[in-house]
Amino acid sequence: MLEAWPPPIFDPAGPYAWPITTLSWVLLAMAAAVLVLVVVALWLALFGSQRAQAKVGGTKIIWMAGIALPVVVLTALLLYGLWLTSSLSDEIEGDEMRVRVTGEMWWWRVAYLDDEGQPVSHDANELHIPVGQPVVLELESGDVIHSFWVPRLSGKLDMIPGRRNLMRIQADEPGVYGGQCAEYCGGPHALMGFVVVAHEPPAFARLMIERTAREQAPAPGAASQGAELFQTTGCAACHRIAGTDANGLAGPDLTFMGARRTVGAGILPNNTGTLMGWIGNSQAIKPNNRMPPYPVLSREELQAITAYLEMQR
Amino acid sequence: MGDGLQPALCILLLAVVTLTSACAPPPEAVTETALASAERGKAAIERVGCASCHTITGISWPQGKTGPALDGLERRGLIAGELPNRPEVLAAFVQDAPALVPDTAMPAMPLTDREALDVAAYLYEIGR
Repeated sequence: MLEAWPPPIFDPAGPYAWPITTLSWVLLAMAAAVLVLVVVALWLALFGSQRAQAKVGGTKIIWMAGIALPVVVLTALLLYGLWLTSSLSDEIEGDEMRVRVTGEMWWWRVAYLDDEGQPVSHDANELHIPVGQPVVLELESGDVIHSFWVPRLSGKLDMIPGRRNLMRIQADEPGVYGGQCAEYCGGPHALMGFVVVAHEPPAFARLMIERTAREQAPAPGAASQGAELFQTTGCAACHRIAGTDANGLAGPDLTFMGARRTVGAGILPNNTGTLMGWIGNSQAIKPNNRMPPYPVLSREELQAITAYLEMQR
Repeated sequence: MGDGLQPALCILLLAVVTLTSACAPPPEAVTETALASAERGKAAIERVGCASCHTITGISWPQGKTGPALDGLERRGLIAGELPNRPEVLAAFVQDAPALVPDTAMPAMPLTDREALDVAAYLYEIGR
């Protein structure tokens, strides 16, 4: 159930996506017009009268239709395209909300930043934004080149090791927008999905206050069997849950796992069954991802860990 | 001439009988399972992600291994090793397994009654 598959490329939902869609349609229309011209010329050359054939075969038409016309048309298209998409490359003012999204093999690390650029809340594979205002993403990579792409909200931008690329996204309506890694990054690249959830500004502000507070507070379910198993069976070595001893950074942050919409980086709906299946044997779901299968867990242990993660919200 | 008409008449009669009997409403208990659609069942399976744990014929991805593979269900004797293998039981099980088999690892799944019957229909169809 990849949210963004097939990519909804002709369905823009924000000001940084519609210019791209418009430009695509214009390019498509121009290409169709050129195709018609070429087919007509070919038809005339093959079946036209002597006069028509002489015209199509003359030097003049090569100068006119072969050189002059493309120069004019392509220059006009270039200027139009640059004008149309100028908002995509506007200078970033710096007063927009900022989120750092880091591409990892094969998931996304998400950190909401304060005005000083310090992370105040951590998440993974899911980004919450307010509607109607631009959000600046600091795109980075933890390993190889990835590409951030939420087709309904923006174009693609590569995440390059050692670089920080800035991109704006904006949603005009509340909703869920799927994303997908758009640069082959090895192994299960095709299963590296992403979800953007757009909320009305008051709901978004509440969510951020709750989450920032949660980062400083003890985790729910600390006394449960699942909490103990999370430490003793090795989960905590790779995963962090704020307010516990689990502070592994190799895998996705699980502080809000129970509230997340998806399991496995935007690829499965989050319910008890899919979560349990993922913990039990994620290799069968996303082959060669970096989480090992856990056939050592008993039925009760698997259920306890799953229940503990569902409390994390 | 009469010899030639006889088979034609028989077929016509047969067709009339078949058509009229198809119009008669089937008993209530049969309706529920008979109206289940394997096609809708497959869509529901994909929506809730049954295949995260079960490898299921006809579902190319994922092919989960945490639970048993679900093929040949129609010829299986028992569901989860203890329930009678009937459509309405299978539907109830896929919807809320712990209610029927308390010590199963399988959790309740977010399926409506209708979808659960559809899922059961799909699981039987692929076993054929």
